[in-house]
Amino acid sequence: MTTQTIRGRRAFLKTAGATSAVLALDALVPAWARSMEVLTNASGTDGQPLIFDLAIREQDFDIAGGRGNAMTINDSVPGPLLEWYEGRDVVLNVTNHMRHSTSIHWHGILLPFEMDGVPGVTFRGIDPGTTFQYRFPVKQSGTYWYHSHSGLQEQSGVYGPLVIHPEARDPVKFDRDYVVMLSDWTFEDPHKVLAKLKKMSDYYNFQQFTLKDLYGMDEMSASEAWAKKIAWDRMRMMPTDIADITGATYTYLMNGLHPAGNWTGLFNPGERVRLRFINGSAMSYFNVRIPGLPMTVVAADGQNVQPVETDEFQIGVAETYDVIVEPGPNEAYTVMAESMDRSGYAAGTLATRPGARSAIPALRKRPLLTMVDMGMDMGGMSMQDEAAVSAAGGSMSDMGHEGHDMGAGGHAMAMADSAGPIVARHGPDTHGPGNISVAQVQRDRLGERGTGLADAGHRVLVYTDLKRFDDDFDSRIPEREIELHLTGHMERYMWSFDGKQFHEVDGPIEFHYGERLRLTMVNDTMMNHPIHLHGMWMELENGHDEKIPRKHTINLMPASRVSALIAADAPGRWAFHCHLLYHMDMGMFRVVHVS
Amino acid sequence: MRKITATVLLLATSQAWSYEPAGTPEDWPNPIPDQKPFWMVLSDRLETRFADEVDTYVWDLQGWYGGDFNRLWIKTEGEGEQGESPENAELQALFSRRFAPFWDWQLGVRHDFEPNPTRSHLVIGLQGVVPYEFEWDSALFVSDEGDVTARIEAEYDLRITQRLIVQPRLELNAAGADVPELGLGSGLNSTELGIRVRYEFKREFAPYIGVSWEKLYGETADFSRLDGEPTSVTSLVIGIRAWF
Repeated sequence: MTTQTIRGRRAFLKTAGATSAVLALDALVPAWARSMEVLTNASGTDGQPLIFDLAIREQDFDIAGGRGNAMTINDSVPGPLLEWYEGRDVVLNVTNHMRHSTSIHWHGILLPFEMDGVPGVTFRGIDPGTTFQYRFPVKQSGTYWYHSHSGLQEQSGVYGPLVIHPEARDPVKFDRDYVVMLSDWTFEDPHKVLAKLKKMSDYYNFQQFTLKDLYGMDEMSASEAWAKKIAWDRMRMMPTDIADITGATYTYLMNGLHPAGNWTGLFNPGERVRLRFINGSAMSYFNVRIPGLPMTVVAADGQNVQPVETDEFQIGVAETYDVIVEPGPNEAYTVMAESMDRSGYAAGTLATRPGARSAIPALRKRPLLTMVDMGMDMGGMSMQDEAAVSAAGGSMSDMGHEGHDMGAGGHAMAMADSAGPIVARHGPDTHGPGNISVAQVQRDRLGERGTGLADAGHRVLVYTDLKRFDDDFDSRIPEREIELHLTGHMERYMWSFDGKQFHEVDGPIEFHYGERLRLTMVNDTMMNHPIHLHGMWMELENGHDEKIPRKHTINLMPASRVSALIAADAPGRWAFHCHLLYHMDMGMFRVVHVS
Repeated sequence: MRKITATVLLLATSQAWSYEPAGTPEDWPNPIPDQKPFWMVLSDRLETRFADEVDTYVWDLQGWYGGDFNRLWIKTEGEGEQGESPENAELQALFSRRFAPFWDWQLGVRHDFEPNPTRSHLVIGLQGVVPYEFEWDSALFVSDEGDVTARIEAEYDLRITQRLIVQPRLELNAAGADVPELGLGSGLNSTELGIRVRYEFKREFAPYIGVSWEKLYGETADFSRLDGEPTSVTSLVIGIRAWF
C-alpha cells in the first residue's frame, strides 16, 4: 500500500486502506520515554491521505513527579507528535472516551471551518463515546500544535505538537530536529483554580509587594518602592500581576517532563539542531534561553522568517518559534524556559549522551509592571513633548535607571524613553463597569523586549526582528479597519473585548469574504494577552512593508497598539480570542464571520 | 392567519439565531461558559475578645452567589459575652449590582434577631474598593420603626511577607435620630478601630491576633453610662479568617 518508512513509535499513524492492525503502540510509551524527535528524511509524496486515530481519555497519570488526574490523547501528555505533509490530505479520527464532550482544534492550520474543531462555533463538539472524523487538505508547512477547545481540558493535558513537512525543499538546513513543547501542569482541578481566581484574583501571586520592598531591602530604594506602591494602589492594581496562575500551583513541563525529568535532545558535536519551541501552556509565558548557545530564529508561528540570531526570546501562550543551534564543544547545554513571572521554570538538556547535564541557571528577580504598562500619561506631557524627550535620547538616561520607573519626574521620563513611541491616545469610552483601566497613551511596543527582559544583559528577540522569508506578500491596500480593545477586570476576573464579555455581544464580527482588512488591537489592560485568530493569518505590521511576518497568535504588551493585515479568504465562522485559557473562558472571546 | 403567525415565529427564531454571539444555531453549545455563576463564603472575622471587664465573641460572615454583575449577598454579624447567647445578631440578604468597575450598589433587607425589641430594616448599600485599595462596605438602614442608621466599614491589607498580613480596620456607626430603646443616640455613635495580623497558612485559612478599640460617642455613650457599661473598650482579639 505504501512504501513509506514509518518508525514503530508512530503507532497512531497509518496510511489509507491499512487495516486495524496498526503499527506498534506509541500509546503505551510513557511521556518521559519519548524524545519528540521529528522524522528528518520524511517524504509525503504518496498522494494518499494520512490517517490518524486519536483517543481522548480521562485517567490517573504519572506527571510532574506525581500522579494526577489527566486528560490524555493516546494515553499521553502531551499528545503524540503528529507529522503531516504539505499537499497531502489528512484524516483524523478523534474518539471521545470521556464523560464530557470534547474537541480538537488544529492551531494555526488553514482549513475548512467545519474542521476547525471549536464547539459552539464550527461544530457541536464530540460527544462522549463518539468519534468525529476530521478531513482536510494540508496547505502549509511548519511547526504548530493541536489542543482541545472544550472547557478547561487544555489545562488537563489535551494538547500535542504538530509538524508539517514542506512540499518544496526546506530552506532551513539542519541535521537533527526536535519539538520542544512547553506547558504548565497543576494537580488541582482546573475548575477549582478558576473558582479561586474568581474569589481572589491574586490567589496564586506570592511575589507581591511586602514590607521588605517598602524598606528598600529589595531591588529598589524605599522611596521608589513607596511611590510605586502608592501609584498602583491608587489604581487598585498590582505591579506584580505578571501571571494569574504561577509556580505556586504549576509545574512547568518541557515535552511533558518536569525539570527533574530532564527532557534530553541528543546531538553530535558539529550538528545543526532544529528546535521547534511550542508554548502549549494554558496560562504561562516563558523566557527561553540556552546559556552558552546563540539561537538563530528561523520560523515564527510555523512560518519561515529571515534568520535572526538571538540569546533569548519570550514566547507567548500558543506561539511557536523554530530555532537552529549548533551545540559544542560542551557535552551538555541547558534549555531554560523560565516562566515570565519567574515563579518557576521548565528545563531540559541538549547533550551528547543521555544523562549529561549542565547547570540550571537561577531564576532571575521577579519583574514589575511599569507606568508604561499602565498606559499612563507621563506627567501630562503632550505627544509632541514626549517625542521631544525621546528625540533628546541619551540625555534622559542619567535621570534614572532605565527599566525601573516610578510615578514621578525623571524616572518616569527615562522609562518612557526606553519604551516604544506613543502612537495614539484613548478616546472617552472607558468600556463600562466590566473594565478597570484604559491605555490613555497607546504605544507601538513591537520593538520592545518582553515583560521583564529590558535589563537582560544579552540579545533578546523582539517582534520587529521578524521578517517573512518568502516573497508572497498580498499588496492590496486594506479596504477597512476594525479596532478592538482588550479589556477586563482582574479583581473580578472577567475578561472581554471592548468591555463586553462574549455572552454580551449580539453577533459575530463580520469580515467580507475576499476583502483585505486591517485589524487594530489596543491592550487597555496591564497584562500581556496572546490574541489568536483561527483560520486566517494575521500579518503583523511591524514596519517591514512586504516582509511583515504572518502570525496566528500575536502577543499584545500592556498599553500597546498593534495592527495586523488580514486577507479574509476563509469563509465561515472562526474563533478569535485571548489564548490565556482562563481569560478566554471568562469572556475574552469573539466569533469572526467571513461571508 | 395561522400561516402568518408561523412566519412571524420563524422570523423571530431566525432573528434569535443571528443575534446569538456566535451566530450559530441556538441548540449548539456555548463555546465558553462566561455566564457561569460562582459563589463564595467568607468568614472575615470569627474571634474571641479579651478585655478588662468581660470577654466576648464576634462573628462577621458573608457570602455571595452569582455572575459578574448581579449577585446575591448574605451577610451576618453579631456578638455576645463568652458563654452567653448573642446580644446582637443580624442577618442581611441583598441583591448586588455592579454599576462601576469597583462598585456595587446593594439593596435588600436586614433582620436583627437580637437585641429585643427585634427590628427589620430596608438596606441600601454601597460596596467596593476605594482607590488606594481600601475594601469598603457601607449601608444605610431604615427600620420598620422608621429609624435611620448607617454603617461604614473599611479594611486594608498590608503585607509583611507573602503570608503575614497586617489589616487595619475601621468601622463607624451613626444614627439619624435617638433610638432610646436600643440605646442609640443621633449622629456618630460608635467607632471601632482594629489592627489584626494574620498568617495565611493557605489563602483560605488564616488565624489572626490583634487589638480592637471600641468607643461610644454622644448620647449613645450616655445611654451606656446609665446602664453602667463602659464607653470605651480595648480588647485583645484572636480569631480565624477563612473562606471557601
